[in-house]
Order: sequence, then structure tokens, then C-alpha cells
Amino acid sequence: MNVIEKKEVTPGERIFQVVNITFFVIFTLICFYPFYYLLINSISANNLSAAGAINLIPRNIHIENYIQVLQLSGIPLAALVSVGRTVIGTLLTVIASAFLGFMFTQQKMWKRKFWYRFVIVTMYFNAGLIPMFITMKNLHLTNTFWVYVLPAIVQPFNIILVKTFIESLPKSLEEAAELDGAGTLTTFWKVILPSCTPILATVAIFTAVGQWNSFQDTLIYITDQRLYSLQYLLYQYINQASSLAAMVKNSTGGALNMGAIATQQTPTSIRMTVSVIVVLPIMFIYPMFQKYFVKGIMLGAVKG
Amino acid sequence: MQEVATNNQKSNKKKHDAHSQKEKRGKKLFLLIVPFVILVLLFSYYPLFGWVYAFFDYQPPIPLNQSPFVGLKWFEMMVQNSTQLHQIGQVLANTFAMSFLNILTSFLPVLFAIGLNEIRNKHFKNLIQTLTTLPNFISWVLVYSIAFAMFSSSGMVNELLRNFNWISEPIKWLDSDSHTWLKMLLWSLWKGLGWGSIMYLAAISGIDPELYEAGRVDGANRLQLIRHITIPALMPTYFVMLMLAVSNFLSNGMDQYFVFQNAFNLQHIQVLDLYVYNVGMGNNSLSLATALSMLKSLVSVVLLFVVNWTSKKTRGESII
Repeated sequence: MNVIEKKEVTPGERIFQVVNITFFVIFTLICFYPFYYLLINSISANNLSAAGAINLIPRNIHIENYIQVLQLSGIPLAALVSVGRTVIGTLLTVIASAFLGFMFTQQKMWKRKFWYRFVIVTMYFNAGLIPMFITMKNLHLTNTFWVYVLPAIVQPFNIILVKTFIESLPKSLEEAAELDGAGTLTTFWKVILPSCTPILATVAIFTAVGQWNSFQDTLIYITDQRLYSLQYLLYQYINQASSLAAMVKNSTGGALNMGAIATQQTPTSIRMTVSVIVVLPIMFIYPMFQKYFVKGIMLGAVKG
Repeated sequence: MQEVATNNQKSNKKKHDAHSQKEKRGKKLFLLIVPFVILVLLFSYYPLFGWVYAFFDYQPPIPLNQSPFVGLKWFEMMVQNSTQLHQIGQVLANTFAMSFLNILTSFLPVLFAIGLNEIRNKHFKNLIQTLTTLPNFISWVLVYSIAFAMFSSSGMVNELLRNFNWISEPIKWLDSDSHTWLKMLLWSLWKGLGWGSIMYLAAISGIDPELYEAGRVDGANRLQLIRHITIPALMPTYFVMLMLAVSNFLSNGMDQYFVFQNAFNLQHIQVLDLYVYNVGMGNNSLSLATALSMLKSLVSVVLLFVVNWTSKKTRGESII
């Protein structure tokens, strides 16, 4: 191995190496710079930011944008809705995936194979956007918080993942619990659930990101402003610059003096600040849990 | 005699008891999943009945049972009315173009993985991987927010070009219909390229190092190693991804196109999923939109079966 490594690098290989690294450096910058740009602009003086003067280094750093944006009408509530749906939705989806994955390994269950197929086959068809909308309306779920959570609880793909995982666990685990006289539910809570944590972490992280990023369901099912998610609010802010400006004026009382100009809110500053607030959880969570994400997609590939 | 008979009866009864006990237990287990079965019924099966709306002239808030039955009117309208036909033609062209461009560029993640694998410094490699996969985990709304910050008339790029005095008028990157397909392709590459390569990277790390060793002993250079060992090893994964892409040919999703759509680029950005939304929710033609999405769902299921059958025939492995 070492002998080969020491072999002379041909000019062609050197050129390849340089071109390759250059490409990756440029592409990585293109991927990351926009996030950095939003961040530095949201903490720099707003008048400099509006003039396009903040491209590399933040200047006159302040956190006034965040303080004011978090006081804008709508934002705290939208944040609550987004956090709520992410936490509750993820919790329910994870529990349901774990429970159904476990139950479908129970040979004794009545017509187990049929019900398993009944659930899994839903992965391959979908009624379409309008029939879904009509369904939600008929079920009186439009304009309720539960429209964010209920339809997403049973996820066939997650159930397959958990079921496959449980089947790979040693059978003796479950048998020991049964010998101790534990019922199905006790076995699930005390034995299966704790041993499934690796796969459940993967399911949880994907569900949480999905819930946090979801935007279409607000668009289709929600007209009540109190139930807007952060993503939807951000979308509105981008498209309704004029109404945003009016809102800004109201919130700051239109007072303009030289000292305040750096912290005076503009539509741009609000957009950027809200964008950073929306992206920050992802940026924190993603590098920390990257290995779970990677594992998730690999598991998917095995089944895929 | 009688004693034997009763004994027999007894044991039969016992067996029967054991059997019914078992079935009872099985049904009890089933009872535990009933709430979830109900959820599946409500949110996956019950909406299918919504397809009947495609055969009525449903105008909310008038309920369905008072709406006139129109048979295949909406389906006929799609092909008979010439403006409608023209519009649907354009929508299908957009849908096919976006799907086709995505399939055409589906080899890029393979190249990305191969290139990244050639970088020797492990930390540098990890850093690149983390930063290039990050865009995959943000919503399309946020992508649009970034696009707005970068490319709107007062965005970063235009300001920069103006400060250098290279342009006098801001370039309209977003509010125009020039190269809409290409722009959409580039945004989806920006978001998905890094993440798309993860699976291939994992496949590369699964290749037996001895293969490379043997190749080197035979005097193969790097490029030859890639061509004769790495690429063939990635082909099975690539094939599965390609098949999945084909089976999703009609489903581009609507988020990306919805956030980027505006009055200028509407003509070339409306893919099928977005069109269904615009017709149904925008124009309030729920019945026509249902007819459209019903056709789409049916064609998609057929596509899935065809692709699966092809995969079985050519590789002996199904993808579903």
C-alpha cells in the first residue's frame, strides 16, 4: 500500500486533483454562502444592509432585528404553531411507527398479513390534492391544528423500517418478557421501545425536519391566521412587501431619527431575520445528527 | 362407550377452547391497532371517494348531492376545448421537461460522489459533505427566500454588479420567463446534488479495497480505476434511482414551482401538480382539478407497475 502511495503522481492526476478540489470548494461556497449572507445581514446595521454593503463581514452588529421581529404580530404565535406541530407531530409519528412496526411482528394477530398490506400499500397511491382537501373539509379538520398532525401519524415507510429492525433483534428478548408474564403492551414499552432507539432516532429526525419545513398543508387547509406556520408566514412576507412595510411602520410608530436608522426595520431586514429564525433549528440539528440522516437514507435504499 | 365419547367430546372441546382462546387473543391484539387502521382509512382510502367529484359539477358550498351529475364532461373538456387543450399541452410540456431534465442530470450525483471520494483529507471531505447536504434540509420557501435575497432587483448579486458598474439596470432573475426550466433545474440541483450523492458515497465505501489494489498492480491509473471499478460498482444503485425517477415522471411536486411562480413565468413553470392546485384552489374549479389529479394518479400507478416490471425483467429485482 505504502509503496503504491509513494508512486510518482503523474501531471494528469495532479491536474485532475486541482480541478476536483477547485470544483468542490466553489460548490461548497455556493451552497453555504447564502446562509452566511442572511445571517450577517440580519445582525448588521440595517441601513448598510439595505445598501448592499454587507457581503463578507458583519458591521455594526446588533440584535435589535431579532427583538423587534419577535414582537411583530403573528410571529410568536406562528413560532408556537411550528414548534407545536414539530414536537407533537414527531412524538405521535414516532410512537405510532414503533407501535405498528412492533404489532405487525406479532404472528398471533388476527389477519396480520392482510392488515399489514392494507397499511403499506397506501404508500403507492394517493388521491390527489383536491380530494384530500375535500376530505379534510368533510372531516372538519380544515382550520384546526390537528390537520398538521393527524394525517401524518401513520407512515408506511417508517413502519417498514421499524418492523425490519425489530425482526433483526434477538427473539430471546421478547420471549423472556413473555415468560415473566408481561403482556403485549408491557413488552412493547419495557423491552421493544428501548431497544429500538437507534431506528426511532432516525425516524424522529426525518419527521421533525419534515414537520418544521412543511408549507403546503398550511397553504391548502388553513385560512385562520392564528394557525399559520413560520414557513407560511415567511412566504407571505416575501410576497407582500408593501403590507409588510406598513406593518413595520405600525410596529415602530414611524419614528425615524438618526440613532434609530441602523435598527429601523425594513421589509428586507424582517425577511432576512425571519429566514434565519426559520433555518437556525435546522442548522443546529443537522450537523449534530448527520449520521442519523445518512443512516436513514441508507435504510431507505435497502428497502427502496 | 359412553365414557369414551364424553372423553372425546371433552378433548375436542378443550382443543376448540384453545383455538378460540387463541383467536380471541389475536383479535385483542388487532383491537390495539384499530385506531391506526381508522387513521389509514380516513386519510388514505376515504379520500379516494373524492374522485366522484370529477363526475359532478361541484360548486361549493352547494353540497355534492345537490350538484348536477355531468358524466365525463371534465375529461372531454380537457381535450375538446382548444384553449384548455393548449394549456394542458403546455403544462404537460413543462412537466415532461422538468422530469426529463432531472433524469438527464441524474448522473451528476454519481460524479459528485466519485469526485468527493478522490479528496484525501478526511476533515475537508466531511466539511464539504456537511455543507453541501445542508440545502436539502431546508424548505422550498426558504430556498425562495434565499433566491430573493440573492437575485431580486435589490438582491446581493444585482447590488454587487451595480457597485462594480457592470450593469445600470438590475437584471431580472426572478421576475421573468427567460430560461425558466433551466433555472428551476439549477435550484433543484443546488438543493439536492450534495444529498443525492450520499447514497453513492456509501456504495463506494462498500467496494472491496482489494479490487483497487489488484487494479493498481495491473498498472491502472486513477481514471482507469474509476472507470473500471468504481462506476460499475455504482450502477445497481444508479439504476434503482433512475427507475424511481421514471416512476415519478408526472410528480414533480408543487412546492418548488409554487414558491417560484409569478405572473411573468407562469407559462413555463406550471407543472402538473402546480396546475392542479391553481385550477382547484385558485380558480375554484374543484371538479376539473379532481379529474386532472385522478388521471395523474392513475397514470402514475400504471407507470410504477411498468417500471417495476421492467426492473424485474432486466435485473430480477423489484423496486417496490
